[in-house]
Amino acid sequence: MSNEAVDTKITVVALVENEPGVLNRIASMFRRRAFNIDSLTVGRTHKPHISRMTIRVDAGPEYARKIANNLLKLVNVIDVRILDNEPHIERDLALIKVRNDDTESRNTITEICDRYPARIVDVGPKVAIIEMVGTEKFLEEFIEEVRPTGIVEMIRTGVVSMGRGTRIHDTDYQRPDLSRAGAEGANGNGRIV
Amino acid sequence: MKLKGSDIIMECLLKEGVHVMFGYPGGAILPTYDAIARYEGRIHHVLVRHEQGASHMADGYARATGEVGVCIATSGPGATNLVTGLATAMMDSSPIVAITGQVPIPAIGSDAFQETDVTGVTLPITKHNYLVTDVRDLAYTMKEAFHIARTGRPGPVLVDVPKDVQTAETEFIYPEGDVALPGYDPPWSANDKEIDDALRLIDEAERPIILAGHGIMMSGAMQEVRELAERAQIPVSLTLLGKGAMPEDHPLVIGMMGMHGEASSNLAIQEADLLLALGMRFDDRVTGNLQTYAKKARKIHIDIDRSEINKNVKVEVGIAGDLKTVLTQLLPKLGQKSHPHWIRRIRDWLEDSSERDILNYETPGILLTAQVINDIWKLTGGDAITVTDVGQHQMLEAQYYPHQRPATLLTSGGLGTMGFGFPAAIGAKFGKPEEEIWAIVGDGGFQMTLCEMATAVQENVNVNIAIINNHFLGMVRQWQELFFEKRYEATPMVNPDFCKLADAYGIPNRLVTKRDEIEDAVNFARSIDGPVLIEFVVEKEEMVYPMVPAGADLHDMKRRPKPGEA
Repeated sequence: MSNEAVDTKITVVALVENEPGVLNRIASMFRRRAFNIDSLTVGRTHKPHISRMTIRVDAGPEYARKIANNLLKLVNVIDVRILDNEPHIERDLALIKVRNDDTESRNTITEICDRYPARIVDVGPKVAIIEMVGTEKFLEEFIEEVRPTGIVEMIRTGVVSMGRGTRIHDTDYQRPDLSRAGAEGANGNGRIV
Repeated sequence: MKLKGSDIIMECLLKEGVHVMFGYPGGAILPTYDAIARYEGRIHHVLVRHEQGASHMADGYARATGEVGVCIATSGPGATNLVTGLATAMMDSSPIVAITGQVPIPAIGSDAFQETDVTGVTLPITKHNYLVTDVRDLAYTMKEAFHIARTGRPGPVLVDVPKDVQTAETEFIYPEGDVALPGYDPPWSANDKEIDDALRLIDEAERPIILAGHGIMMSGAMQEVRELAERAQIPVSLTLLGKGAMPEDHPLVIGMMGMHGEASSNLAIQEADLLLALGMRFDDRVTGNLQTYAKKARKIHIDIDRSEINKNVKVEVGIAGDLKTVLTQLLPKLGQKSHPHWIRRIRDWLEDSSERDILNYETPGILLTAQVINDIWKLTGGDAITVTDVGQHQMLEAQYYPHQRPATLLTSGGLGTMGFGFPAAIGAKFGKPEEEIWAIVGDGGFQMTLCEMATAVQENVNVNIAIINNHFLGMVRQWQELFFEKRYEATPMVNPDFCKLADAYGIPNRLVTKRDEIEDAVNFARSIDGPVLIEFVVEKEEMVYPMVPAGADLHDMKRRPKPGEA
């Protein structure tokens, strides 16, 4: 794991409207502007109408502003933060299926997992599944240790990140589904205030 | 009151102040066409001959008026035919709303007859787009579409409406008040530091130049820019789409910049110590080689699109905001300045340019595009709205038809869309019926959309068509002459007899082959209320000078030799 690779990645967090097609719009912007996505994760926040994305981009820090500005141009993107300049927590989760069909491999895996915050979540006579959570770098260290034992399958979620402290990244935007109520004759009308 | 989706579309158009729409019917949009019939008299529908024409007409209407242009088409091929017009409008920030029919919701995704994923296709070439899946969402979607199209950096918005949404009924309430889009917040004003930084750079500059773009007119900042230029005595160079931002006979205006710009503009940019880029985006046709572009200059860039700042050219002061608002903040703090040496230097370059002007050459026996356009300029009092196509005639229009008023040159700058000129001129006439409109087009581009002659006749649109016929795709030929050793592959054109073609459509016409015939033909065109076509047969191998070859340094221009030098 070289530090150089880490230095040329940008961590972007975007709050977006939880609507059909938003992921497509964002992915399309990255493709069109020739930015290379290293990983992209998306999930709902505590507000069901807001999704949050963590996007790791293969680009130098000089592109951070460009990427943020182009994301902000998208109508469904509510807010964007570049996390590289502030203290933040990042986590990546991997499920790794390894060979487990002899004593030696079984012992090696148990030994490695003891030294890492990794758990063996499924064991069979031939293979086992390890779950490992950590920073991207930590995960990659772990994977390199396990690799000689024989990885047969692997999946990673991609990095999710959150800034530390009280600089809260959230939006006040409420989306009451009033367009439909409005259609029935109420005062409220969708996103019009 | 309960209304069908199709009627809701029409009611929304009325609420948004739409009087005219350009379109072509088809299966999936038929319910809305039925509604169009019910609204005739309040909203006029113009039947085009190809949907590309509809999108260019909506664009021309929008450029001429500053209002949102509307086009409508059916699903599948109808919608895909709009694509070129949407991309054209996107590149030049033109506000249009396109309404497309879509197959009924249950059929979406089944590869139904005339089904295309239109929101997918148009995603990168619209400012935003919608697929309406519930008739109850229709009214606020229409409101959002118009709001997004006309605010911030304007652009095209597409609303795709499945057939069953057009026929479904719901209570119609047009949303009053402002649109609340959480992720849509165009920048507006500058902060104090930005204003102070800009003022300091202006104050310290000895060789400043204003780069005046399309954004000046979109923001309505003509007066503010003029005040800035006059008070600080800063020469003004125009982009192609910036023409009209300041009257071209103003002593501080030094002409267009860029690939076929005035040499004086390009040299001034390379020598300047300050660029004030106002509502422009440093397109590659404007900058040439970025590595050597304006190296001696510090830069102030004011644009409403944040992502344009530092995109191509790194700037010292970048202000994302509405130009008129920002300049209104800046002007009260701006003192008088003068730069007599700098302005004299630019005057010298201008004089050198006029010595090379083709109009000062003896050209017996041949008709030049520059002469045709300059004569049209004289005969129209320089006051017509000209709508060009793309190529040599476009650049020569920019050079030989000075514009005094905003939004009087309509041209496809960013996308360079051949076929744009004629339909856009028709759209412009609907927006500005009291203005004299000239479509100045080449023989190549005109043939891409000439079917709209039927539209012009059916609607009796008073548009004068000037075909500059050199029997070549002239600009491509010019590149072949300069960079491909005159191998004229696929550029010579065997053309139809344009005058006979006009006859077939019932359009009065004239053929001009000599300079002394121009005046009579132009006056003939101006005298007729309705479309008129004039074919100008010009010199086949004319060149547009100056020329900065693609990617070359901006000061590295190919110039026309002075008389006697060649």
